[in-house]
Amino acid sequence: MELRHGLKLSLMGAVASAALLASPAVADIGACLVTKTDTNPFFVKMREGAQAAAAEHGITLQTHAGRLDGDVETQIAAIESCIASGVSGILLTPNDSRALVPAVTQARDNGVLVIMLDTPLEPPEAADSTFATDNFLAGVLIGEWAAAQMGDDAANAKIATLDLNPSQISVDYLRNQGFMTGFGIDVKDPTVIGDEDDPRIVGHDVTNGNEEGGRTAMENLLQRDPAINLVYTINEPAAAGAYEALRSVGRQDDVIIVSVDGGCPGVQNVAEGIIGATSMQFPLLMASMGIEAIKAYAETGEKPENSEGLDFFNTGVELVTDSPVEGIPSITSEEGLARCWG
Amino acid sequence: MSDTPRSAAEYEQTLTGADTRVAQFEGPKRTPLGHIQHFLHSHPTMVPVIVLVLSLIVFGILAGDRFFTPFNLSLILQQVSIIGILAAAQSLIILTAGIDLSVAAIMVLMSVISGKLAITLGVPPSLALTASFVLGTLAGMLNGLLVTRLRLPPFIVTLGTWNIFFALNLWLSGAQSIRSQDIDQMAPILKFFGNSFRIGGANITYGSILMVLVFVVLWYMLTRTAWGRHVYAIGDDKEAAELAGIRTDRMLISVYALAGFICALAAWASIGRVGSISPQSFYEGNLQSITAVVIGGISLFGGRGSIMGALFGALIVGVFQSGLRLAGVDVLWQVFAIGWLIIIAVAIDQWIRKVSA
Repeated sequence: MELRHGLKLSLMGAVASAALLASPAVADIGACLVTKTDTNPFFVKMREGAQAAAAEHGITLQTHAGRLDGDVETQIAAIESCIASGVSGILLTPNDSRALVPAVTQARDNGVLVIMLDTPLEPPEAADSTFATDNFLAGVLIGEWAAAQMGDDAANAKIATLDLNPSQISVDYLRNQGFMTGFGIDVKDPTVIGDEDDPRIVGHDVTNGNEEGGRTAMENLLQRDPAINLVYTINEPAAAGAYEALRSVGRQDDVIIVSVDGGCPGVQNVAEGIIGATSMQFPLLMASMGIEAIKAYAETGEKPENSEGLDFFNTGVELVTDSPVEGIPSITSEEGLARCWG
Repeated sequence: MSDTPRSAAEYEQTLTGADTRVAQFEGPKRTPLGHIQHFLHSHPTMVPVIVLVLSLIVFGILAGDRFFTPFNLSLILQQVSIIGILAAAQSLIILTAGIDLSVAAIMVLMSVISGKLAITLGVPPSLALTASFVLGTLAGMLNGLLVTRLRLPPFIVTLGTWNIFFALNLWLSGAQSIRSQDIDQMAPILKFFGNSFRIGGANITYGSILMVLVFVVLWYMLTRTAWGRHVYAIGDDKEAAELAGIRTDRMLISVYALAGFICALAAWASIGRVGSISPQSFYEGNLQSITAVVIGGISLFGGRGSIMGALFGALIVGVFQSGLRLAGVDVLWQVFAIGWLIIIAVAIDQWIRKVSA
């Protein structure tokens, strides 16, 4: 819980110091939340966070969503209707980092504050700010944890990485390359998965981020080398699938699985020892902090600033594990379950 | 009739010098290629069988000894089992000259329904499974009713129901998986088809056996029963079938309903295969099932091809994926290879069809 307060305070520091001095609640601040879809638990949590924060600050919130992942048209239409209704700010998780730039530019030209949640635009400066998880750091944490957990055996690790899909999008390579960096592997080009030549890497395969893909990918990599003992996964559903594959050949107890996300079923899997450690992200916080930033902007005109050294505002990552290691701060699965999303 | 035999014989005398051959439809002498074409026309499953055997040999050489182990071969069987069962349902529809884009969506929805009932609501697992079979059949029947009663093209109907079933699936599940461990605890029977036994290094899951059984039963129904003949007749020429006295609408509804039932069966098997109940899995299962059917040499124009072809088609895809992966080829190029397979398969099908023209 400490980190959460810390982040809130730092956000206050960044964007809202003037808000505290401003005249009490200007009536009728409007805000919009446009998510990728409204079915994924990650975005459901995001919407809950935004609604709670909006209610708390007396802000009128409209929520919109794409029909499915990749649906750009609906999001553009949503942004246009948000501009038309005169909101002060828009929170957006873009379904396409490039295709939404013109719509966002149009909003900003109309004096609307536009904050990306979770996924940055390309280029990131096309929006006023991005509130997101540091996916590279999320990877580094589980990589460092795995290295510490294996100790001297880390030198002889046999590593499988179960990634998202063949397109190598940013969240995919950031998590993967973060993991490798944390584990102590030379990643070569940090935007490319698979250009490494470390002999400890058995191979990469893709999962589409679901259980079925995780299982098939794990089976395939085990065929390449049955002695795999460390598995990185893009998210927790893929990790659950990998575990099933390991269980079918009786190897579930001597392989370490690490993951990223912090969904409730995933954290439960940490509690039951299926996943060794996972990096948790905070969709609810992204949204509630976004609403607070819109309020500050409406009242004082001040825009949020990025975290130091990043081109976005980091909403925090927390390592969840029940086997903590020296020097890497982490929370237990029990604490994680209280804060997981979905 | 009043002619005397004698006068008839006289007329016929002029025939002695005439051509005595009976009417024949053979064209000019076939080229060797023409022989192959004709052979493949009369044995539609031979193309996928040949491709399967060839690809096994090629990957056996390319991917090294890890490919040809009993374990790996049984793994391929396991990995294609779900798409294989869906391809069986898809074959039925395609044989009637239709197409079903909703097969995977019905399957995922049924797995979510049985999971929701058995795990979340605590309904007895056997009852939950029964419900999924009934609802799966009804979902298929809905497709059939829309195709026959509203006279909409199957592509449009199932494009619509695909979206509808997918949306229902996300709504019911909240896009959240049901964990494998919870299923083990509350309703292990849902994972029945994930059980396996070993024969000399091979690891055969019940799901793999189920897939083969589904194909054998459907093969019997399609080739040995009147119902099966009617399926082919409708696919070949629906109007002619109707004129021949087949109640085509009723037949079509029964085919779609059976496909729905098979999707529910695939749903049960998929829980065993994946471990958890995952609403996000198999999003492209419909296209993968069509791929298997097409590579299996079943004509998209209906009425031609053996259902066994779809089984071989699914296996060919599995062999390609496994072989390319073991050979260390990037996933990107696996997708590339499957794309070419589809095009080549349909091109061969078109070429074979020219025999009858």
